[in-house]
Amino acid sequence: MDVNAPQSFKDAVSEGASGGKLVVIGNGMAGCRAVEELLAREGGQFEITIFGAEPRVNYNRIMLSPVLAGEKTFEEIVINGQDWYDDNGITLVAGDPVRRIDRESKTVISASGRVEPYDKLLIATGSDPFIIPVPGKDLPGVVTFRDLDDVDKMLAAAANGGNAVVIGGGLLGLEAAHGLSLRGMKVTVVHLMPTLMERQLDEAAGWLLKEELERRGQTILTGADTECIVEENGRVAGVRLKDGREIPADIVVMAVGIRPSTGLAAQAGLDVERGILVDDHMVTSDPSIVAVGECVQHRGLCYGLVAPLWDMCRSLADGLAGTPNGYEGSVTSTKLKVSGIDLFSAGDFSGSDGSEDIVMRDAARGIYKRVVVQDGKVIGAVLYGDTADGNWYFDLLRKGEDISDIREALIFGQAFAAGGALADPNAAVAALSDDAEICGCNGVSKGQVVACIAGGAHSVDAVRSTCKASASCGSCTGLVESLLAVTLGDDAVESGPKTLCKCTSFTHDDVRRLILEKQLKAIPEVMQELHWTTPEGCSSCRPALNYYLLCAWPGEYHDDEKSRFVNERLHANIQKDGTYSVVPRMWGGLTNPKELRAIADVVEKYNAPMVKVTGGQRLDIFGIKKEDLPAVWADLNAAGMVSGHAYGKALRTVKTCVGSEWCRFGTQDSTGLGVKLEQLTWGSYMPHKFKMAVSGCPRNCAEATIKDFGVVCVDSGYELHIGGNGGIKVRATDLLCKVETEAEAMEICLAFVQLYREDAHYLERTAPWLERKGLDWIKSHLFDDADAVKRLAARFRYSQKFWQVDPWAHRVGGAHRDLHSHIAEVRPLQMENA
Amino acid sequence: MMIGKWLDIGPVNQIEPGTARTLPVVGGEEIAVFRTMNGECYALVNKCPHKHGPLSQGIVHGAVVTCPLHNWNISLKTGEALGDDEGCVPTIEMKVDAGRMYLLRESVFGVAAASKAA
Ligand code: SRM
Ligand SMILES: Cc1cc2nc3c(=O)[nH]c(=O)nc-3n(C[C@H](O)[C@H](O)[C@H](O)COP(=O)(O)OP(=O)(O)OC[C@H]3O[C@@H](n4cnc5c(N)ncnc54)[C@H](O)[C@@H]3O)c2cc1C
Ligand code: SF4
Ligand code: FES
Repeated sequence: MDVNAPQSFKDAVSEGASGGKLVVIGNGMAGCRAVEELLAREGGQFEITIFGAEPRVNYNRIMLSPVLAGEKTFEEIVINGQDWYDDNGITLVAGDPVRRIDRESKTVISASGRVEPYDKLLIATGSDPFIIPVPGKDLPGVVTFRDLDDVDKMLAAAANGGNAVVIGGGLLGLEAAHGLSLRGMKVTVVHLMPTLMERQLDEAAGWLLKEELERRGQTILTGADTECIVEENGRVAGVRLKDGREIPADIVVMAVGIRPSTGLAAQAGLDVERGILVDDHMVTSDPSIVAVGECVQHRGLCYGLVAPLWDMCRSLADGLAGTPNGYEGSVTSTKLKVSGIDLFSAGDFSGSDGSEDIVMRDAARGIYKRVVVQDGKVIGAVLYGDTADGNWYFDLLRKGEDISDIREALIFGQAFAAGGALADPNAAVAALSDDAEICGCNGVSKGQVVACIAGGAHSVDAVRSTCKASASCGSCTGLVESLLAVTLGDDAVESGPKTLCKCTSFTHDDVRRLILEKQLKAIPEVMQELHWTTPEGCSSCRPALNYYLLCAWPGEYHDDEKSRFVNERLHANIQKDGTYSVVPRMWGGLTNPKELRAIADVVEKYNAPMVKVTGGQRLDIFGIKKEDLPAVWADLNAAGMVSGHAYGKALRTVKTCVGSEWCRFGTQDSTGLGVKLEQLTWGSYMPHKFKMAVSGCPRNCAEATIKDFGVVCVDSGYELHIGGNGGIKVRATDLLCKVETEAEAMEICLAFVQLYREDAHYLERTAPWLERKGLDWIKSHLFDDADAVKRLAARFRYSQKFWQVDPWAHRVGGAHRDLHSHIAEVRPLQMENA
Repeated sequence: MMIGKWLDIGPVNQIEPGTARTLPVVGGEEIAVFRTMNGECYALVNKCPHKHGPLSQGIVHGAVVTCPLHNWNISLKTGEALGDDEGCVPTIEMKVDAGRMYLLRESVFGVAAASKAA
């Protein structure tokens, strides 16, 4: 690093200080760099005094992480030793912080009472670590990570081993965690956001990082909010989270962020917002006072990395030396200094307006690369696992170079993209030798793929099923597509079956199969392992993946509410005016005075503009505001009613007729069976909504033959019908079988529901599913094996254990208040008074 | 210091990443305040340019929200409808400082005034 090169300009000093007296507050990276820059310039001669709060010479702060990790010593990270100050005639006042700036008399006053006059004053006070205001924050054993003293405190704690908790999973926190863990402590990182380093990494890269750190033995808790720091014997003993978990700790490192250190400047009456306001020449609102480093705010931005400081110092020195050269702000890039983890990020990768993501994932090698392109230019990049091209992307980004010509090959990196003709991936693939490996998972060479295409496999899918190339992890799908195009010409390539959505080349079936085969248990994990081409997925695939994971890993997978459509998040149906409708369950269409009274009361109490009998044999209350939903549910719960899931991809209603109890034609207790079926099946999520009906005789008053599962009672038992639909495309059911007892009917119902849950595509009703699979397929999966029904039903019952809880009661009990309340309210008066 | 230029609407962790919350404006348009998965915050009028769906209730992916009513994709940065759809919802300038969110008053005002005029 050229930072370390000391510069000696003795001549300048002996000539005397033409610029007058310069006082620098802050002996850190920016303060000293500014002085170095000044010394290097003609006309930059000042008599210089530097005040430093730390009792030591100028060192490279970013190398504190390697010092903590034991990879460097303090001596190795000193930038300017005492001789540099001496050689350049600089007075260093170390360990004596400046307490006050007096602009009237142009002096600064230090803690020890030293008064130093200035002609020019440079403020370079850096930042202060941000301390979250939780009880226990001041206990002994709670440290920050900013200077050498902090490192010494951590090393002292680490000497005794034990537990460390790092609050904050950003750059600093993770470097602290890494160091402490190398020093032998058991480390837990507590991070508020769902993704580590969320400001530098997207969800995908953050997930890979988390996996790697966990593999190394750290415990990473994301989405974890600290409630307090627990005390024992007058010092820190642990950290308690808002969800009640408590983590033991012998030391707690707070690394949740930094705030520009602006106290002195504000006290002196300089213009300060987040940082000390400076112009392009780093001049503050007082022309005799300049400022650089993390303490300043330039064009609205405060920086927390060193690269911008170097630019600031250059502009400052140019200005002071009389050759003004304005600073225009910096684009920054980030790397994490944790050995063995390659990670790079730069620019804007939030994605939106016409920006386009190019994503490449290599699950086997743990690589994720994403380049964000807008208007033919690179505007952001996130790289994990292979950062070799980081600097190249960063360069393209800073220079705003037009990359349209290398767009196709951009993601493969500089070596590939710069290869001229090879910039066309088809040409690159054509150039491969016959024995070049295409599919690593199944060991298929280019020659074999070409042979298989020549043999009639004219689509990716056909290739997959014939020679297995790209049939496993799918990372070579692009190569197979290129080979198809090269071998057949673009037009002859047949498009395969529909993929789940535009974010993936896999079909619904592939995804479901691979989730099980590869034991994928989280959305970002699926996206990485299956090479999603977008960083966060879209509003089509997120809900689908959430459902597939939920179905595959009952009791294990943690439902991701963010990935749910609003109705399933708010447990009510959104209406065109943004209000909600509320449909309580009425088992089998039965109700009673208590329920009716409660519904009537709710309608009046909340001024519901309409209540109506639905097509599903129950009552729908309209026009409820999201804020009122929990109160409405509380009233309905009190009368014994639970959610009717009228909003869910789940069991809706079980329509019944009056049956043998009253009807002169009734053959069985259809009402009773309906109620039982509803009680068995309500709660669990399904690929789409699911409706049932039980009719007491073939007159079929409950319309059982247009339901997903319908029962028609006959004298000798029960006819079970499946795959009906009364919706967009009416379809009458197919007869599945006939059974003699209620118990059999119920068991087969559960088995059928589970088969549908495990096999259908998300948002596929039973009718199209049945037509796709065929009635025989369903029959054989249920009946070929004598135990199949039992096994399927058992799996359904197990899933139900986790879902047969009334979601309304949860909310009534206080869960997810945030979904039902505003954050604040803006009143006109308040606005005008301001 | 310009006092009152920014309207403090409380701590940023009131909004779970990947979701939005609402802020009614008396005499004006309700505002939806979004927080993306990587922690960026945006504020828009809570009304889809299509048929006024409450954008705050949509699924957020990247800096885009999908309207809950008819699935238009709206940019959180510009308020513009993406893809083939056309329309734009007003954005409200905001910033986050030391864990708190602030809306630019004149921006809140501007929307209130514009909606009154409309
Ligand atoms: C309320 C209700 C109409 C009514 O006032 O009677 C209704 C209302 C809606 N139906 Fe329905 N359907 C209602 C019974 C039906 C029926 C009749 C039945 O269940 O016996 C059908 C045909 C039967 C069927 O599904 O096979 C029906 C077929 C649909 C469809 C087409 C489904 C299909 O597979 O073709 C949709 C669209 C969809 O689900 O994607 C739909 C969607 C809707 C939605 C959810 C539209 C939406 O997405 O916002 C409506 C919500 C209104 C609300 O806020 O409550 N609704 N809908 C009925 C509620 C029943 C209940 O108690 O839960
Ligand atoms: C552990 C760690 C790792 C980092 N890693 C990286 C990295 O990998 N890449 C990167 O780009 N950046 C990294 N940074 C950030 C980088 O160190 C800072 O951006 C840089 O140090 C800022 O320089 P500065 O001069 O503004 O502040 P500082 O270097 O903090 O210097 C300010 C100095 O002013 C002193 N001071 C404050 N008030 C007074 C006062 N009243 N009187 C006298 N002295 C005072 C302080 O004691 C301090 O010594 C890291 C930071 C830390 C803590
Ligand atoms: S038929 Fe169903 S979806 Fe259509 S308007 Fe009526 S309730 Fe709405
Ligand atoms: S109202 Fe938003 S898409 Fe129709």
